[in-house]
Amino acid sequence: MLSVPCPWCGPRDETEFRYGGQAHVAYPADPAACSDAEWAGYLFMRDNPKGWFAERWFHSAGCRRWFNAVRHTVTYEFAAVYAPFTQPPGVPS
Amino acid sequence: MADLLAQRRSPLAHLAGELAATGFMRELPYLSSYEVRADPAEPAMARLGAALFAGPLLAAAWPTAGRAVGTGPRYALWCGPGWYLVVDEPGTTLESAMAGLPAVDVSAARTVLELTGPFARDVLAHGCAIDLHPRAFGPGSCAQTHLAKAQVILHQTATATYRVFVRASYADYLARWLLDAAVEYVRRIDE
Amino acid sequence: MSQPFRRAAGGRIDRSRTLTFHFEGRAYEAHPGDTLSSALLANGVRVVARGPYTGRPRGTYGIGAEEPNAFVQVDSGPGEPMVRATQLEVYDGLVARSLAGKGSLGEEPDDSRYDKTWAHCDVLVVGAGPAGLAAAHAAGVTGARVILADERPEPGGDLLGGRAHLDGRPAMDWVTDLRARLAGLPEVRVLPRTTVTGAYDGNFLVAVQRRTEHLGPAAPAHVARQRLWHIRAGQVVLATGAHERPILFPDNDRPGVMLAAAAAGYAWRYGVLPGRRAVVAGAHDGALWAAVDLVDAGVELAAVLDARHLAGGQAHRALRDRGVVVAAGHGVVGTDADADGVLTAAWVAPVDGDGQARRIACDLLATSGGWNPAVHLYSQAGGRPRWSDDHAAFVPGDPLPAVACVGAAAGTFDLADALAEGAEAGWQAAAATHGGGGEEPLPPATDSVASAGAPAACWITARADSPPETIFVDLQRDATLRDVRRAVGAGMRASEHVKRFTTAGTAADQGRTTGVTTVGVLAGLLGLPVGAVGTTTYRPPYAPISFALLAGRDRGRLLDPERRTPMHERHEADGAVFENVGQWKRPWYYPAPGEDLDQAVLRECRAAREGVAMMDVSTLGKIDLRGPDVGEFLDRVYTNRFSTLRVGQCRYGVMCRADGMVFDDGVTARLAPDRYHMTTTTGNAAAVLDWLDEWLQTEWPDLRVSATSVTDQWAAVAVVGPGSREVLRRLAPSLDVSAEAFPFLTVRDATVAGIPARVFRISFTGELSYEINVPAWYGLALWDAVAEAGRPAGITPYGTETMHVLRAEKGFIVAGQDTDGTVTPHDAGLGWAVSTVKPFIGGRSLARPDTARNDRKRLVGLLPADPSVVLAEGAQLVVDADAPTPVPMLGHVTSSYRSAALGRSFALALVAGGLTHRGETLQAVDGGQAHPVVVTEPVFYDAEGARRDG
Repeated sequence: MLSVPCPWCGPRDETEFRYGGQAHVAYPADPAACSDAEWAGYLFMRDNPKGWFAERWFHSAGCRRWFNAVRHTVTYEFAAVYAPFTQPPGVPS
Repeated sequence: MADLLAQRRSPLAHLAGELAATGFMRELPYLSSYEVRADPAEPAMARLGAALFAGPLLAAAWPTAGRAVGTGPRYALWCGPGWYLVVDEPGTTLESAMAGLPAVDVSAARTVLELTGPFARDVLAHGCAIDLHPRAFGPGSCAQTHLAKAQVILHQTATATYRVFVRASYADYLARWLLDAAVEYVRRIDE
Repeated sequence: MSQPFRRAAGGRIDRSRTLTFHFEGRAYEAHPGDTLSSALLANGVRVVARGPYTGRPRGTYGIGAEEPNAFVQVDSGPGEPMVRATQLEVYDGLVARSLAGKGSLGEEPDDSRYDKTWAHCDVLVVGAGPAGLAAAHAAGVTGARVILADERPEPGGDLLGGRAHLDGRPAMDWVTDLRARLAGLPEVRVLPRTTVTGAYDGNFLVAVQRRTEHLGPAAPAHVARQRLWHIRAGQVVLATGAHERPILFPDNDRPGVMLAAAAAGYAWRYGVLPGRRAVVAGAHDGALWAAVDLVDAGVELAAVLDARHLAGGQAHRALRDRGVVVAAGHGVVGTDADADGVLTAAWVAPVDGDGQARRIACDLLATSGGWNPAVHLYSQAGGRPRWSDDHAAFVPGDPLPAVACVGAAAGTFDLADALAEGAEAGWQAAAATHGGGGEEPLPPATDSVASAGAPAACWITARADSPPETIFVDLQRDATLRDVRRAVGAGMRASEHVKRFTTAGTAADQGRTTGVTTVGVLAGLLGLPVGAVGTTTYRPPYAPISFALLAGRDRGRLLDPERRTPMHERHEADGAVFENVGQWKRPWYYPAPGEDLDQAVLRECRAAREGVAMMDVSTLGKIDLRGPDVGEFLDRVYTNRFSTLRVGQCRYGVMCRADGMVFDDGVTARLAPDRYHMTTTTGNAAAVLDWLDEWLQTEWPDLRVSATSVTDQWAAVAVVGPGSREVLRRLAPSLDVSAEAFPFLTVRDATVAGIPARVFRISFTGELSYEINVPAWYGLALWDAVAEAGRPAGITPYGTETMHVLRAEKGFIVAGQDTDGTVTPHDAGLGWAVSTVKPFIGGRSLARPDTARNDRKRLVGLLPADPSVVLAEGAQLVVDADAPTPVPMLGHVTSSYRSAALGRSFALALVAGGLTHRGETLQAVDGGQAHPVVVTEPVFYDAEGARRDG
């Protein structure tokens, strides 16, 4: 059971959250201007790194806020949480 | 009006006897409640805070994360950033005070189970993953979380008194769950 | 004579009371404090179980959780299979019997209570042996919140009944003092009979507490028999001790062969002689000290063997003082047994070369190859054990954050060192989480013991010609040296592979006694160092957990929340049969006396189409949307436009995911310029709210919109059918219900039956209908008032089945039934609701080559050639069911019913190419039978929409 550090509510059990996949994948400003390949890239292609990963979480059973987190996909350690539309703080090496 | 009120039926009316028999659980039905979603720094929110909670000790401050503030029977519970549940006695109408704010009357959407006494915390801990120890959660604390398999707002109003706000449709389930969790403790009170 | 092997005094048993228990149908006596194993040994019962495959008799082998042999079936109380006799506390009336490998669940339902609880602490200490007690105390005195969990009935670990001295007093006096001190610390919680079974991410640990089993029939029924603890700990101190491991030899499975420290433990902790004449065989000092304990308890030592070539050391001196000479460089190479298979003698020989074996008569063969630190939880938490030659054991490797291993679990077998290590770890853990405080307690003083030398990694003592199938590497699986050799012969090198091939280490005991031994044997066969082979992976649970406990109180009615509408009790009183829709309980149909589902639904449908009917539609998802930008927001999330909706109007809308597939649909009304009321499918309410919040927070925070779930705020009754206007007129005399004043797709605030209400003129049936919404606590009163007002017209309550028939007759889809995440609005026949002008979520996807294909599966209607056949939902559609396989599949049936209005069956389906097949006959295949069906438009009733105004 992960303990997810909600930036508002503090650490809560994973079961209170919804996972939102990779962070910083913005909805294209003008989808109609996207080529089929660009649009497919937005829809379907995501990174899947072994190591630190910036991803989205939603505290659905708590404050219902979306936030971003930097988490290690091997150790599951959370290095940082931060607001949407902001850049990730320094990622541990 | 009296006729109208007589037509109400609270979500746990049918379990009132069983709850009372535990000696430490009861439903607080028909509380007025409103979900307000606005930045507390907005002037309209400041005015509302002043109107609802004005007092010498409470300078119209909206609660910070994880906290509830209140005077008398009226509370504001922090639900999330810029999101509050204002709770008051049954029948209280706050529409006019909230005019111009995104405030939704949700009085009938939830009911409240109140647990009080030395075993209240232990009973809740059977289904609640958050830390309710006095060092982590005390009077004036509130949290949206899970209790058993229901989503709730938990509000500790006094040293050994907790209010559980539960959606009306889940109330029967949650009350039955709490009655079952309470069995050991009820016996201990009897002894 | 009763309990012939019971010593005259001593042990942590209450000799003032005598209990009676039954084993294998015979009555025996025991004392409180006994386990079934100690009680059977006291009564001279040596055979407790049998090998699962060989059927060979087996006796008690260990003294705790490591036991591989003595599993029994308990028949008293709720009954339980596969209980370790070494941990089963005897109670008056206990009934148990021996097992051969596996038990069986009782026939009767177990009505015991089981529960769960969550706990948080600064420091969790696992294990209440000397190191764990010292850790808990050092952490506790700082004021930190401490949980000390221990699987035994009382703390003390190896000090229990042992003969060590602390601070110059018997060690158990120190334990007693410490217990009192812990009891005086309000933030320290001691959990006896509690096994920590799993260590998960973020220092989340799960523990099983056995609360009343030991009380037997005296257990109070209102107290949960077991409790599952979910513990979130700031720091964890693992003081889990070590498991004794044997040395293997031919016929090492006979009752009477036992781990040496376990044998000594029975003598001193339980006051039971595990035998009268013993051979002790070991490869480390611990075995020699066990021999000292045995001889001091009155066991005759026939021989003490040490596989090492060592002399000197304190243990040797202690044995010499007792007239016992250690046979250095010797081991056991075989055993003899009597007709019952019980040990009668050991064959003893030098471990080097093939010297002459000597037969020594004995009824106890106590073996000890060393100690395996219990690294299970360390390993589960992410640690990798490493082989240590110094310990001749796997010990914890790199340290883990916020987890400390202390005492024997860390390979620290010396008592003084273990106590110091525990105290320091507890102190540091408290400092790291709680901040520390007070004064660090000093560990008690111990007598120092000079060791004879390092333990040897000795796995097997046998002669070259000893048959390998008699050397058991896993007693509970009956796996032998021959199996390991076969695995190696088959080319296996990894311990994980050998484990799966031989099954050694996979039984309920998880190879605690011999798992490492198997690795050692494998390393020997491969000619590799033990560390290079490595252990198998330790996974949770450390000890079995019953399903009943995992379920806790989440069973029966509490298995899953039952969501109820405010009218639920009336539906029950009206005899409704309920259907689960998500977590909701919804009336499915209301059978009149003698009616089945089909008959009831035909009657309910007829009422809705020809008269008037009513339905509880409270479960519909409802979302209140506020803010100046709601219209713009809805234009983006719905495929059609909502910003142009006038106040008081409603519109049907379809939502897509970004991939262009239908996600949800519903009617949304504009209540004020900046306020909309959205409805969603019953099962999708939470997902839609999440969806809206996601876009508002993560993509369009500039839009001033707030979304609030009001699903539970409103109860709603749909009044349906040509007679519905008259019913509403009676209920709301002040509301002009004429078609002109209250047209289709509008909403009105009104007083209905004296209750403030919001009435929508919308229809999911094609008939004239109204959905009356009131605050939920008036729901029951509204329902009753509608029923009363409709009584003269014969108003008929109907359930979800009728609703489905009525909507399917009109070709109205249900998102999630007629769509499945691969269906675009165009596929579903909803192209009319898709804007070609404005952008919306998913719009770009509709122009992708794949979504623009003509041969996509699209919604059609189906009429079975045989009008009495109701197709199975999910039935596959093919052109020719007899075509050679694989038969090309065109699609499947999504909704299928019998229609009162049509007087026949009909269905909706998704078919590749959709209505290009109109008029064609396809075959619907269900259960091996092919039904001819004709493809039609998906609207079967009132295609021109003439009925919605009544």
